[in-house]
Amino acid sequence: MPKAIRLSHAARIISNEAQSLALSGQWTAFGLGILEKQIDSIRRPRNTKLFADATQIELFDTAGAWVLQSLLLRLEKDEVLVTLIGLRPEFGKLLAFVDHQIATQMAIPHKVPLKSHSLLDRLGRAVVSVISEAMALLTFVGESANAFGDWIVHPSRIRWRPILFNIRSAGVDALPIVGLLSFLLGVVVAYQSADQLMRYGANIFIADIVGISMLREFAPLVTAIIIAGRSGSAYAAQIGTMEVTEEIDAMRTVGIPPLGLLMLPKLIALMIALPLLTVFADLLGVAGGMVMAQSQLAVSYGEFLDRLVKAVGIGTCLVGIGKAVIFAAIIAVIGCFQGFRTRGGADSVGRQTTRSVVEAIFLVIVADALFSVVFSALDL
Amino acid sequence: MLQVDTTTNIIIQVSNLCTRFGNHVVHSGVTFQVYRGEIFALIGGSGSGKSTLLREMIMLHQPDSGSIEVLGIDLQELAEAATLSLHTRCGVVFQQGGLFDSLTVRENVGLPLREHTQLSNALIDEIANSKIEMTGLSAESADQFPHQLSGGMLKRASLARALSLDPELLFLDEPTAGLDPMSADGIDELVRRLRDLFGLTILIITHDLDLLWQVADRVAVLADGKVQATGSMAELAAMKNTAVQAFFEGPRARAAAQQSEKLTTAREDKVTSCTGAPS
Repeated sequence: MPKAIRLSHAARIISNEAQSLALSGQWTAFGLGILEKQIDSIRRPRNTKLFADATQIELFDTAGAWVLQSLLLRLEKDEVLVTLIGLRPEFGKLLAFVDHQIATQMAIPHKVPLKSHSLLDRLGRAVVSVISEAMALLTFVGESANAFGDWIVHPSRIRWRPILFNIRSAGVDALPIVGLLSFLLGVVVAYQSADQLMRYGANIFIADIVGISMLREFAPLVTAIIIAGRSGSAYAAQIGTMEVTEEIDAMRTVGIPPLGLLMLPKLIALMIALPLLTVFADLLGVAGGMVMAQSQLAVSYGEFLDRLVKAVGIGTCLVGIGKAVIFAAIIAVIGCFQGFRTRGGADSVGRQTTRSVVEAIFLVIVADALFSVVFSALDL
Repeated sequence: MLQVDTTTNIIIQVSNLCTRFGNHVVHSGVTFQVYRGEIFALIGGSGSGKSTLLREMIMLHQPDSGSIEVLGIDLQELAEAATLSLHTRCGVVFQQGGLFDSLTVRENVGLPLREHTQLSNALIDEIANSKIEMTGLSAESADQFPHQLSGGMLKRASLARALSLDPELLFLDEPTAGLDPMSADGIDELVRRLRDLFGLTILIITHDLDLLWQVADRVAVLADGKVQATGSMAELAAMKNTAVQAFFEGPRARAAAQQSEKLTTAREDKVTSCTGAPS
C-alpha cells in the first residue's frame, strides 16, 4: 500500500474559494503524503465564514483525523468561523475521539528537554563511571576469590564437569586457529630478521631471535588475544543473556551460587587451557621460524635446533607460560564480570560483550608491559 | 482504517489447512471464517497448534497445504511488495510484546509510521502519544524503555505499536496472559472499545475464560488438528462435544460463566458510555 496510492487517491485540499475548502481523497497515514506540510499555507482573514466540505473524503484514519482536527483548531484560533460539513458519521466518531486526544495532550505540560551538559560536567560523569566500574570489578574479584576459597575448603563442591567442558571449548577447539596464527607469526619474525642477519653473516642467530621472541612474548600474547576474542566474548554473551532472561536470578533463588556454576569453572578451565595453548603456540611459532631459516638463510633444521637449545633456557619458556596463566585469569574475570553487569535487553548484551573483549585485550597488554618492567628489574 | 466499500465481509478465510513438522501433524484440515468487525477467539489446549495457525495467518510460516485468505488476499505466492502492504494493514501483538529494546516506547510506537509514511516527526510523535494514551499507559511511560516496564504495560505498549498504522485487522496472542485481574479487565474493555471506534476486526488467541465470555463474539475450538466447533460462548457451552466441553468444566470455567451473566446486565449502559465518542 505505501507506494500503491495513486495520485488521484491522495488526500487533497482545494482552497481556491475564499469561503470553502474542498477535502478529498484518502486521509490516511499513507495517503496524506506531503499534504501535512502544505496545510500551514491555508489561511483566512478573521471572521471569515468558511465551510470545509469533507464529502469527498474516501478513507480516514487517526493520522488523517489528526491533521484535519489540527487544521480546524488552528483556523478557530485565527478566529475564522469554520464549519465542517459532509463528514461521514463513522469518520465523525474518529474525529471526535481525536479531538479528545488532542485536548488531553495539550493538557499535559511539555517537558523541557534537558540542556546539553558542559565539558566539565561530562568529564566528571566519565570519571565517576570509570571509578564505579573499577570498584565493581574489585568487588567482583573479591566475590570470586571468596567463592574460590569456598571450593578449597569444600572440595566436594568443585564442579568438574563444567571445568572439563570449558577446557575443551576454550582450549582444544582453539588449537587449529592458535596453531595457524603462531606458525605464521614465526614465519614473519624470521623473515623480517633474515635480511638484517644476512648483512652481518650472523645467520645462525635466527634461532635466538625466533626462540626468545616467540617463547617470551609473541606466543603468550597472540594466544591471549585470540582467546579473549574467542572465549572472553562468549563468556560475556552467555552470562549476559542469562542475566536478561532472569536465569541468574533463578539460580540464586534455587540456592545455586552463580559464581560457582558460571564463573569459577571458566576461570579454572582457562587457567589450565591457556598455558597449554601457549606451549602449542611456542612449538608452531618456532617451527614457522625454522622453515623460514632454512629457505632464506640456509640454516638447516639440525643447526637451528642445536642453536635453539643453547640460546633459549628453560627460564624463558617458563616466563611465557607464567604470563599465560595471568592472562587467562584476566580474560575469564573480565568476560564474566561484563556478562554479570548486563542490564536490560539485547542491546546491553552486545555492549557488554564488546567491552569484555576490548577491556580484556587492553589489560592483557598492560599486564605484559608490567611483566617486562618487573622482569628487567629482577634480571630474569 | 475505516474501509468504505464492503466488497466482502469475510476478512479471514482459512480452508482445509494442513501443517506438519516432520512426522508431527499439527493441523489436518482447519477451516473457519472471520467476518468484518467481529471479535473472533481461537481456543485450544497447549500444543493444539493455535500459535502455529497465527504465525501462518501473519505470514511468518508457510502451511503445507490448504489456503489462507486475509483481507481478500490469498497468502500463497504473494509477491514481496504485496506482503509488505498486507503487513501494514494488520497489527500483531505478540505474547512477549516483541518491542524493540533499544527504542523508547514512543519510538517503538512511532516506528511503523516513520518507516512507511511521509508524515513529519512532530505529527508522528503526537499520534504515537495518542496511541499510548489510548491503550491506557501514562505519559511518563512513553519515554521509558521496554525493559523498564511491567508485564501489563508491555502488553499495552505492544498494542499501541500494533495500532500505529490504524490496521483493519488485529491479531492478539494471549493478550491477558500473565496480567493481574485488574489489568486483564482493562484489556477486555480496551478490545471492545477499539472495535467500536475503528471498526477493527480482532482475532484473539487466549485461554482467559473471562475474556472469552466478556469480549468474544464467536469462538473456534481447535483440537486434534481440526476446528471442533464454532459459535458464541453460550452456544459452545451447550454443546456435547468432549473437546469443547473440556473448556467449560472445572470451577474456574463455571465461575467465569456466572460472572459473565452478572456482568451482561450491568454492561448494557456501560457500553454506551465507553464506546460513544469520549469527548
